[in-house]
Amino acid sequence: MATEYWRWPESRWTSPEIDWKAGRIVTAGIDVGSVSSQAVVMVDGALFCYGSLRTGSNSPESAQRAMDFALAETGLVLADIHYIVGTGYGRVNISFAQRALTEIACHARGANFMYGPTVKTILDMGGQDCKAIRCDAKGKVTNFLMNDKCAAGTGRGMEVFADLLSVPIADMGRMSFEVEAEPEPVSSTCVVFAKSEAVGLLRKGWPKEKVLAAYSSAMAHRVVELLQRIQVEEDFAVTGGIAKNEGVVKRIEKELKIKALEPKFDTQIAGALGGALFAKALVEKDRGLR
Amino acid sequence: MLAHYGYKDGSGEYFIVVDTDKCDGCGRCVSACPYGVFEIGEDENDPFRETVVVKVSESHRKKIKYSCAPCKPVSGKKSLPCLESCAPGAIGHSW
Repeated sequence: MATEYWRWPESRWTSPEIDWKAGRIVTAGIDVGSVSSQAVVMVDGALFCYGSLRTGSNSPESAQRAMDFALAETGLVLADIHYIVGTGYGRVNISFAQRALTEIACHARGANFMYGPTVKTILDMGGQDCKAIRCDAKGKVTNFLMNDKCAAGTGRGMEVFADLLSVPIADMGRMSFEVEAEPEPVSSTCVVFAKSEAVGLLRKGWPKEKVLAAYSSAMAHRVVELLQRIQVEEDFAVTGGIAKNEGVVKRIEKELKIKALEPKFDTQIAGALGGALFAKALVEKDRGLR
Repeated sequence: MLAHYGYKDGSGEYFIVVDTDKCDGCGRCVSACPYGVFEIGEDENDPFRETVVVKVSESHRKKIKYSCAPCKPVSGKKSLPCLESCAPGAIGHSW
């Protein structure tokens, strides 16, 4: 398959410190998203391993592939996992998951683990939707809003621009700052119209960097409007693929006048991580531990 | 929890807001709504909640502007049946 440079590279990580055989509760979360799928395995509530890859057209298969990818070379097999929670767009299609939960609940819980209990507002910028979530110190959702009708402010928007400008997705954030002065944002946030506008600007002689800066600030403005509806309370964190694009994150911070927390792990795993944490809580409930 | 169901697009923001802490799951809004916008079921966003709660049904979430239009003041209605039916005041409209 040709390199899909407009998408985030696939990744995998295994903790060098944890011996899963010594664990009492082994749980997993699988987030089958619109663009990428993640599987996270936790041993007694500590992150053991994760894998992140493309979803493709078949979500049951993607869930299986993500799980196999995460478990490869760990010695752990599917049967060793006590409870699996599925989340994301494809959550109802994961045959080996015991429970399906919404990505809103999972992202809040995952971000609470990833950024600590001080996080109160989470912006998840996913492949084809955008969620603004407020949560309490335990990661329980207190207010949420999801925009999945419009691609503005989602990873898909960035993918379209990466393709148009032939820039790898990982370089877009940095490139968007290589401008002498910040240009006016593109006037249309609709991805289709923003792309037409960008084509016009390129034909006018604008360099790629300037077009990217104009689109990144339009995207930031768009999601800030969503965040304002639920009112941002610090600490603030961004999850999902776009959290790795500093061009968008820094512009959101500037508009909100609030700094986002620094992520400790790959921001794309937040949903699956939350799923694994819920799985642990559900096992404890079953065993009468809580 | 304040659950916002709906969307924002080029024409504006359309959200039905359910305060799940106020909702007692009585279901009066389900019968009050002439267009079947609401449904009662488990809280998808809080797996540990034991009581049922109202939510906007999946099929209306992306067209709520049109589903609710016949009840809006521009259509000659003075009040929204869903809001009227809800004793605890758990439902709100953003537009």
